[in-house]
Amino acid sequence: MRSFFTHAPFRLYLGLLLLAVCIVVGGILPWLAPGDPLVWYSAPRNQNPSGAYWLGTTSLGQDVFWLLTYALRNSIILGLIVAGLSTVIGVFLGLAAGYAGGWLDRVLSFFMDALLCIPTLPILILMAALFGGQLALPIVGLLLVVFNWPYPARQVRAVALTMREREFINVAWFSGESSTRILIRHIFPYIAGWSAANFINTVLVGISTESALAVIGLSSAQQATLGTMIYWAINYQALLGGKYVWIGSPVVAIVLLFIGLFLVSSGLSMQSAAKRMSV
Amino acid sequence: MHLLRFIAGRLVVYALVIVFALTVLFFVPRLGPTDPVEAMLAKVASQGAYMDPAQVDKLRQSLIDTFGLGGSLWEQYGAFVNRIVFSADFGPSLSMYPTPVMELIWNALPWTFGLLLSSTLIAWILGNFVGLLSGWRPNSNSSRVMEGIAICLYPIPYYILALVLSILFSYVWKIFPLTTTIRGAPWSWELVSSIVWNSFLPAMSIVIVVFGWWVISVKAQTSALKEEEFARYARLKGLSDGRILTAYILPNALLPQITFLALQIGLMFNGSLITEILFDYPGLGLLIYTAVLQGDFNLLMGTISLSVIAVATATMIIDLIYPLLDPRIRHR
Repeated sequence: MRSFFTHAPFRLYLGLLLLAVCIVVGGILPWLAPGDPLVWYSAPRNQNPSGAYWLGTTSLGQDVFWLLTYALRNSIILGLIVAGLSTVIGVFLGLAAGYAGGWLDRVLSFFMDALLCIPTLPILILMAALFGGQLALPIVGLLLVVFNWPYPARQVRAVALTMREREFINVAWFSGESSTRILIRHIFPYIAGWSAANFINTVLVGISTESALAVIGLSSAQQATLGTMIYWAINYQALLGGKYVWIGSPVVAIVLLFIGLFLVSSGLSMQSAAKRMSV
Repeated sequence: MHLLRFIAGRLVVYALVIVFALTVLFFVPRLGPTDPVEAMLAKVASQGAYMDPAQVDKLRQSLIDTFGLGGSLWEQYGAFVNRIVFSADFGPSLSMYPTPVMELIWNALPWTFGLLLSSTLIAWILGNFVGLLSGWRPNSNSSRVMEGIAICLYPIPYYILALVLSILFSYVWKIFPLTTTIRGAPWSWELVSSIVWNSFLPAMSIVIVVFGWWVISVKAQTSALKEEEFARYARLKGLSDGRILTAYILPNALLPQITFLALQIGLMFNGSLITEILFDYPGLGLLIYTAVLQGDFNLLMGTISLSVIAVATATMIIDLIYPLLDPRIRHR
């Protein structure tokens, strides 16, 4: 732990700081909200930022600040669930493919390659359009998992393939360790650092894709996410009315959140690369 | 001989990937809880158009054809693949009846293709230039600042940047048009300038993000490559910095970029869809959006199938040519 604080690159700290801000705003502040900010006309309409309404209010009479905390919370939860499931599935199937080899490897590799070739957004748009014009958040999340597990899986498979040939794996094997133990004790540490970086990156991709869908009104418009906030603002001509704070606040939140996520993910992969060099 | 076997192997994988993609597209309309045909008919009815029962039946039949919902599952699948792969026919557009869907797609395709190609190219050239220079002196102040800017730009999604650009340059400071209107006679200077003028902001939103990535990756590449033996040898031989950069480091830094491009095409396509919608740019993205808004399922199925196949094809082509371009890989 000590070495983490002395050797981690600067960008990791900066990223963690940005993420901490986003998590405080999205994770803690929603509990303090005076009421459900999604309810229409719970505040006067079209207010400019003031002491009572820090970021003003929407044309639908919602308090932008509290709406933003809810949106950030939902977007982050979606991203975490998508990234968590994708990483678990990806690491498991990647290890299985790389370690087992043979036909299992070939079948799994084909699915990884094929899914990586298919663009996610058109499929999501098609599903949304076919089933009532909007996709509920859990379905969006599920589809994102289907399209995002191949990234970690491919990388983990490549690592597992080289691992099989390494001396210390052979030593462990011949000294009678079980293959599950070899996987957990000897191979997993090698992929942990990279998987953490990839996890963060998948959070980013998940939030980004859901927001893309939401901006054109095809995600669940009844839930507050960063994308749906932008959708409502565009839909109610926030720009023509000069209400830049309404549309600007989710945009700024997305930019800060994504820069934070990217800094943490690239900082983590820099660090794990440096660690592997020093071994 | 081995090269041929390699290409044949890749082509088989490509064919399988396309079959897989088509299978996904085939099953999507069958997964949901609602019947898309009835949903579509309800939508048409709710829009107030009166149709007599014979017309409704005809429309239902045409929709069933579109989704390939007639006959057994195997027959449906065969008809579906036949329709897309062999006849490339998606029927007439329902919202712009009776224009064929393929005609609408052909009109939109050059716009999307031109936007993606030109912005990728610009970003690639700029990014390589800046990346090489800052990788050459990785610890100088200017190169650190450049990398800092690139790191802040790269994670931003295209559509967010598109939104920011349109707020800044179309609303606050009104220099670029809000929506795309192309005017001018064919092949006239006015037409060309109007295209460039209208495509500038959508293209910039892609250029800036992709530029950020090239700077980050080319810088890392360059600063690693210049410590390699061959670069040191060139320096000891007394070659100028410029020559070492262009003749020794650049070719080695270029090769891995191709694999990156293969992974990014899908993401770039996703991003350009939303960018087009935000700027009213008349490409494939806007066509998909129109199809969604109008409930034009023939058009929707056509545009989505085609874009999935196009992205898969582009990815596979890049994957295929990469080993052919790298002289270090031998196909023996």
